[in-house]
Amino acid sequence: MTAHTSSDAQPGFRERAIQVLASPDLQENFHDAMAFLRQKRASAFADEEHFQRLQAESQRIKQEALSQLPDLLETLEARCTVNGIQVHWAETGAEACDLIRQIIEAHVPHREGQPIRVIKGKSMATEEIGLNTHLEQHGMHCLESDMGEFIVQLAKQSPSHIIMPAIHLRKQEIARLFSEKLPDTPYTEDVDRLIGIGRQVLREQFEKADVGISGVNFAIADTGTLCLLENEGNGRLSTTAPDLHIAVCGIEKVIPRLSDLPPLLSVLTRSATGQAITTYVNLISSPRRLDEKDGPSAVHLVLLDNGRSRMFQDAELQATLRCIRCGACMNHCPVYAKIGGHAYGSVYPGPIGQVIMPQIEGIRAHGEMTEACSLNGACGEVCPVGIPLPDLIREQRERRAQLPEYSRGKEAWIWRLWVLGYRHPQLYRIWSRVVTQLRRLSPRRLRPWSPSRAVPRPARQTLHERMKAHAAQMNTSGKHSR
Amino acid sequence: MSQGSKRDVYVFGTCLIDVLYPDAGMDTVHLLEYFGCQVHFPQDQTCCGQPAFNSGFRREALKVAEIQLALFTEPWPIVVPSGSCASMFRHDYPALFAEHPLATQAKDVASRVVELTAFLLTLTEGYASPPKETDATVVAHTSCSARRGLGQGALALALIRRLSGKPATEPEEAEACCGFGGTFAVKQPELSAAMTASKCHALQATGAAHLVSGDCGCLMSLNGYLEQSGAALKGEHIASFLWRELQNRTARKGVSG
Repeated sequence: MTAHTSSDAQPGFRERAIQVLASPDLQENFHDAMAFLRQKRASAFADEEHFQRLQAESQRIKQEALSQLPDLLETLEARCTVNGIQVHWAETGAEACDLIRQIIEAHVPHREGQPIRVIKGKSMATEEIGLNTHLEQHGMHCLESDMGEFIVQLAKQSPSHIIMPAIHLRKQEIARLFSEKLPDTPYTEDVDRLIGIGRQVLREQFEKADVGISGVNFAIADTGTLCLLENEGNGRLSTTAPDLHIAVCGIEKVIPRLSDLPPLLSVLTRSATGQAITTYVNLISSPRRLDEKDGPSAVHLVLLDNGRSRMFQDAELQATLRCIRCGACMNHCPVYAKIGGHAYGSVYPGPIGQVIMPQIEGIRAHGEMTEACSLNGACGEVCPVGIPLPDLIREQRERRAQLPEYSRGKEAWIWRLWVLGYRHPQLYRIWSRVVTQLRRLSPRRLRPWSPSRAVPRPARQTLHERMKAHAAQMNTSGKHSR
Repeated sequence: MSQGSKRDVYVFGTCLIDVLYPDAGMDTVHLLEYFGCQVHFPQDQTCCGQPAFNSGFRREALKVAEIQLALFTEPWPIVVPSGSCASMFRHDYPALFAEHPLATQAKDVASRVVELTAFLLTLTEGYASPPKETDATVVAHTSCSARRGLGQGALALALIRRLSGKPATEPEEAEACCGFGGTFAVKQPELSAAMTASKCHALQATGAAHLVSGDCGCLMSLNGYLEQSGAALKGEHIASFLWRELQNRTARKGVSG
């Protein structure tokens, strides 16, 4: 029933999944890491009612924010401007990249033969727009400062999880990577030492960086405050040490009031890592003031659309914008837990990726990943803002099925035939009976179900036939007893 | 057991049971009759429409689903020996038929559909359970559609203990999907089979002698893997297990009495 259209012709999800499945080590990595995160979340929400209360509250806040999104964004812009944060709007990823580069070039004095140094806090929005590649093409040096992102960047890979970017790598692989890529670094599998080595490299770079670029977890409209959560202190350093800070923020991150923040923080950190609160909660409300000794002299906020307005206008899929990027859907997805994030071939993997990516880059580009779901419902159950992920994945499948090339394809014909077979009860009884009578001819192997699973054989008689006989027998015995 | 007036119930046998596992359907009927029900099996039933619906072919699903709505004219419960199909009726029919002339019928049918183990659990309340056995354990696999779609935890455990006296358990990571997922199993077969393999290992690790489930879809995948890997364990529908247990017990009583 696989209906690969021409748009899915490149090595697709299935081929990439098969590659991961060939490596028991990698599968074990994912399984153990996800089980650990699930367990952490479960202990953080030991009381199911507590979770449901927080979930309802968070959903309400995010929904309220969405219901007045254009107004809130204007308030945010006005308040940020008053606070001295310069606000910019970018409709596409390319536009955002250009804008950010121009801000940097305007701020940092040109130094002959010395590239501009950019240090980055963890940000999925900048992954989404491919910012590093863009800035590097323009001669700048970008360094990821989140430990996971740092490792992934060193390995020339992309994050495989939105919260745990390097979750696919084992400590041995990281040890090898560090000893090969970092100067004067001995091979060690001691995790604390590995982290110490990474931190040492980063510490030097924080001092030298010209620009710090971060994401935003929540943009608070009524106070013009940017909230940034992290555990390593790299977010705080990225946003305070360099003279210029640029925050990249999807427009859906805006929330109405500062008082909305506590429930959202509670639910986000508990859902993501099982923490009651992250080590650092940064609230950024302005550049360095005259009487302040540190902090950047300029703060810029880039509000990124990149398909979000389209999601906003799409009644069926708008709930996607409630997402607070906690990653719980990935941790609980049995597909993700088997193969990890890279198989999805997209910036956002897992259930939320299956709903977001087709909206950002089109269903043609990301149609196959919508198949990678057994609709088991685990993601929807744990989503802290109540996004009905399974329903939305099914919705994306419907949209894919409506593509002209798909509705003319093999799978569409199979379903048309299926309608014929199941919509007409008399016809159904005939063919199902024939199938049971020809059971000896049924194939022993039937791809793609086999080879790892035996093929079931039709029964001798259908339930319809047996129930007909049963009803007749009941009637007779009923009459006899009378 | 059947004394006095019988309780009328419909049985929707499901398409998978009809052609591949009719024993599960017959055993469902036997159990219901044993516990005092008059079973009605509309011969015009075919499929709830879920395979097409979950694959994104909504219009096609609707065409097949429409046929089922006409079958249950009396206000009787509709017992479905599958969490998956029951969840389709209960949760997806109202949405599927939201803007359809048959919306009212769809809601009515949805409200009367009961998954078999949930129905049996109510039906057998107060049943004099046999003495607790300790020997052969039973491991139960609860489908995700029963667990999450219908919000029914492992009802099977309570039911098995009540009707057979046998200790019943769940595997490690019981809430994990078995990898079947309908057309998922053929669209992403390697992934599906890998998930099934993990589930089978967890089921085998319990050391149970019997594997039961309320969903033949899950069983098709689990048994497919178990058979292919030469395992001794073989799954069966919970109706078949329970009916055999009841018959054995009646037979034993007959001998001793």
